[in-house]
Amino acid sequence: MSNSPYAVEMYDIVIRFPGVLANDHVNFTLKRGEIHALLGENGAGKSTLMNVLSGLYKPNSGVIKVNGQVVTFHSPRDAIAKGIGMVHQHFMLVPTQTVTENILLGLREPRFFMNLPRYERKVQELQAQFGLRVDPKAKIWQISVGEQQRVEILKTLYRGANVLIFDEPTAVLAPQEINDLIATMRALVAQGKSIIFISHKLHEVEAVADRITVLRKGRVTAEGLPMAGRTRRELAQLMVGRDVVFTLEKEARTPGEVVLQVRDLKATNNKGAPALRGLSLEVRAGEIVGIAGVAGNGQSELAECITGLRACDGGAVSVAGIDLTNQPPLAAILAGVAHIPEDRTRVGSSPNLTITDNVIMKTYRGEPIGNGATIDETKAEEYARSLKQSYDILAPSVQTLARKLSGGNLQKVILAREITTNPKVIIAVQPTRGLDVGAVEAIQQHLLQQRMAGTAILLISEELEELMALSDRIAVIYDGQIMGIVDAGQADINEIGLMMTGTRQTALHAS
Amino acid sequence: MALPITVSVEKRTEDAPRWMPAATSVGAVVLAFVVSGVVLWLIGVNPFQVYGFFWRATFGSWAAFSDTMVKATPLILVGLACTVAFKMKLWNIGAEGQFYMGAFFASLVVLAPLLPTDSPPAIVIPAMMIMGMVGGAVWGFFPGVLKARFGVNEIITTLMLNYVAVLWNNFWIFDRWSDAGFQMTPTFARNAWLPRLSDYARTYPIFSGITLHLGVIFGLLAAVLVWWVLHRSRWGYEIRLIGDNPQAARYAGINIARNIILVMMFSGALAGLAGMSEISGVVHRLQERISPGYGFTGIIVAWLAKLNPFGVILVSILFGALIVAGREVQPSGIAQMIQGFVLFAVISSDVLLRYKIRLVRNVGRPATAGETA
Repeated sequence: MSNSPYAVEMYDIVIRFPGVLANDHVNFTLKRGEIHALLGENGAGKSTLMNVLSGLYKPNSGVIKVNGQVVTFHSPRDAIAKGIGMVHQHFMLVPTQTVTENILLGLREPRFFMNLPRYERKVQELQAQFGLRVDPKAKIWQISVGEQQRVEILKTLYRGANVLIFDEPTAVLAPQEINDLIATMRALVAQGKSIIFISHKLHEVEAVADRITVLRKGRVTAEGLPMAGRTRRELAQLMVGRDVVFTLEKEARTPGEVVLQVRDLKATNNKGAPALRGLSLEVRAGEIVGIAGVAGNGQSELAECITGLRACDGGAVSVAGIDLTNQPPLAAILAGVAHIPEDRTRVGSSPNLTITDNVIMKTYRGEPIGNGATIDETKAEEYARSLKQSYDILAPSVQTLARKLSGGNLQKVILAREITTNPKVIIAVQPTRGLDVGAVEAIQQHLLQQRMAGTAILLISEELEELMALSDRIAVIYDGQIMGIVDAGQADINEIGLMMTGTRQTALHAS
Repeated sequence: MALPITVSVEKRTEDAPRWMPAATSVGAVVLAFVVSGVVLWLIGVNPFQVYGFFWRATFGSWAAFSDTMVKATPLILVGLACTVAFKMKLWNIGAEGQFYMGAFFASLVVLAPLLPTDSPPAIVIPAMMIMGMVGGAVWGFFPGVLKARFGVNEIITTLMLNYVAVLWNNFWIFDRWSDAGFQMTPTFARNAWLPRLSDYARTYPIFSGITLHLGVIFGLLAAVLVWWVLHRSRWGYEIRLIGDNPQAARYAGINIARNIILVMMFSGALAGLAGMSEISGVVHRLQERISPGYGFTGIIVAWLAKLNPFGVILVSILFGALIVAGREVQPSGIAQMIQGFVLFAVISSDVLLRYKIRLVRNVGRPATAGETA
C-alpha cells in the first residue's frame, strides 16, 4: 500500500454529453477511512462522476488516482481490480439463486466444480468481519430488501473492494433498515474501508458523513468540506444555488364549493382483494386535502378509481356535479381531473417519445394542438418550449426523449402537462417522492399556486411532513377506509399515527 | 496468453449519431454481398460475373428496372401493412392471408360479378381497390376483435388465418370459378386490368414491353399516407403512444381496444390492396400461389426498414431485385442465400448502434490482481 492519505483522487474530470457538460472540471478526493458524501440535485452529475470512477464512462479529460497512482479504466473490470466497488441502487441479483451463488457470480473462481460449502465459509468470514448478517444459503427472493442490499455490499467486499460507492442506498429501505445500514457503513470505515455516499437526503448525510462534496449543474460548489458544523440549510443552498424555503408560506384561503365528491367507494386491488371498503371524502375548490397512511391501504386504488383507471364495485365519484363512477379515463380528463400518477415512468410518461409528445398527452385532442385529424407539430413544439421555459425543465431540447430526463425533470414535465389543462381537481400521488430538494420545493410551490387559483387538490403522500405543510385538512386512510379527518393547523402527529394504524378518530376522543 | 490487440466492446453512453442507422444498414448490405461473393468464388464461379448478371437483370435497363419494381410493389404495400401494426407493437403475422382475401374480394367485382361486365375501367378499378382493402380489413378485423375483447394472442390468430385464407381461395378457384379444370379463374376482361406502361407503347414506343403497372403508384402513395398517419395525425400519435407505453396511453384517455381493431383493419387493408394490385396488375385472374410469401417477406421488409415508411420502399426494391435476380441465375438459391445474408447482416449491424467497438493495444498493462491487497 502506498503512503498517499487518499484512497481516491479525481482531478479536472470533464464529461461531455450531447448538449450538456455533465462534469465540468470536477475535483473529488476521498481520504482513507472516511465517509464522504456526494451531494447534488438530480442531474447535477453525481452519478456521472461515479460512473467514471467505476470504469463505466471514460472522461473526456482529467486524472484519476487510486492510492496515489494514476490509473486509466477501460471497463468496470479494471476499476474492480483497483479495489473500487459500486453498491447499486437497483440490485443486480438473481432471485432464484442463493446468497453465496450471487456473490460468486461472474468471478473466475470457482472454475467448474461448485464447492459451495467452502465458499459459504468464506462468505461467513467476511460477514463476521463486517457485521453483515445474511444466511449464505438463503435464496435471494426469500430475504428482505435490507438483506439484499447487504448481499450487494458483500459482493463488492468479496471482490476486494477498498472503496465502496453507495448510490442512494437508503431510497429502497425502511426506517429501521436505514439505521442498520448506517451502522454497517460505520463498521466498514472502522475496518479501514473508504466510502462514497451518494444522497440528497440531508438528514442522512448529517448523520454519517465526515466530509461532503457538493455538485451543481456539473460543477463542484463545495469541495471536501468537513461536515462538522454545517447546517442543513447551508447544504441545501450549496445544492440548489439559492436559499431553500423549508417552511412553505401558505396563504389563508376560504375553500369554495365541493368539487370532488367520493361516496361509499368500494374497489378491489390487483390481486382481487378488497382495497377500498366504503370510502367517503370531499374536496372543495381551493383546498388541499392530504391522505395520510401507510403504503398499501388503498391510496393507489382511490386515485385510480377517481381517474377512471380502475373499475369500482360500489359507491360513487363525481366532479363538479358530473358523475364519473366507472367512466373511462377520458371522461375524467374531460371533466377536469388532472392526475399526477404514482409511477412517473410507467404510467405518467412515454419513455421513447419526445418531451413534446409527452406534454401534449392530455391536450392533443383539441385546438390549438389538435387540428381536425392532424396534430399541428409547430404549435405542439411551441407549447412544449413554453412549458419547458416556465417550469424550468432541464433538457437539451423539447425533442429529448423522456427516458433521458432525470426524475425531477420528468416530474416537472408531468406537472406542467397536468396543470396547464386548467383542471378543476388535481389528484397528486406521491408527487415529490425520490426528488431532490430543489425539485420538491418547485413542485410544492406549484401545488400551492393551484390551490390559490381555486383548484381542488387531493394529495396522497407518505411524507407526513409534506402533508402537514401543504394540506388544509388531512384524512387518514387505513384498510380502505377513512379513519378520521383533522385540520392540518391543529393536527397532532400522535393522533394521526394512531389513526394510521387503525384507530378511529371517534374512538380516540371517546377515551 | 496476451494478444497484442484485444477487441473492446463498450456500451454506448450516448445515442449513436443520427447518420449512423442508415450508414450501418447500407454497410451491412454491402457486406452481405461481399460475403456472398466469397461463397460464390469458393464454389468456383466468378462473383463479378454473377453480380453483373444480377445488375443487368434488375437495374440494367428500363425493362429490367420495371421488372424489379413490379416485384417490389406488393412488398411495399405489405411492408407498410406490417409497419403500421408493428408501430403499435401489434404483431400482425397475417399479411399473407390479408393479401389473399384482398385478392379474393377484388375478384368478386369481376367474377360474382358485382358490376356489369361492360363497366368502364374507371369504375371497375376503384371498385376492385375498395373491395381489396375491405377484404384485407375484414381479415384483420377478426384477430383485432379477439385481441381487443378477449386478449387472444394476435400472433397465433393472424398466423392461422393465413391458412384459412389460402384454402378459402383454393375452394373458389378449384370448385366454383375454375377455368376448364385448372386451378385458376378465366382471365379478367381488360376493364379490370390496371393500366401498364406497355399499354401506351403505341404513342410512346419507349414503353414497349415495360410491364410496370399502376400498383406501384398505390405503393408510393401508401408510403406517404402511412408516414403522414404515423407522424402527423392524431390517430398516429395514439398509435405511437400505445406502442411505446400502453399504460400511459390509457392514462391519457386513449381507447386501446378500439385502436387495436382499427390498426389491425388498416394494416389488413394495405395488405389487401397488395393482393388486388397483384391480380389486377400482374396475373389478371385469381389463381393459386399468387403470392410467393409476400406477406411473410413484408415482415422482414418492415423490420429491416426500422418501421420507416420510406425505408420500406428502399428495402422492397432491394428485395424485389433479389426475387428477379433469382429467376435469372441457376441455381436460384443464390438469390435466397444473399437475402439471408442481408437479413443477418442488417439485423446484427444494430449492435454497432448500441455498442462501441474499439481495438485496444495491450502494451505495458499492469497485472490486474492482488496489487492493493
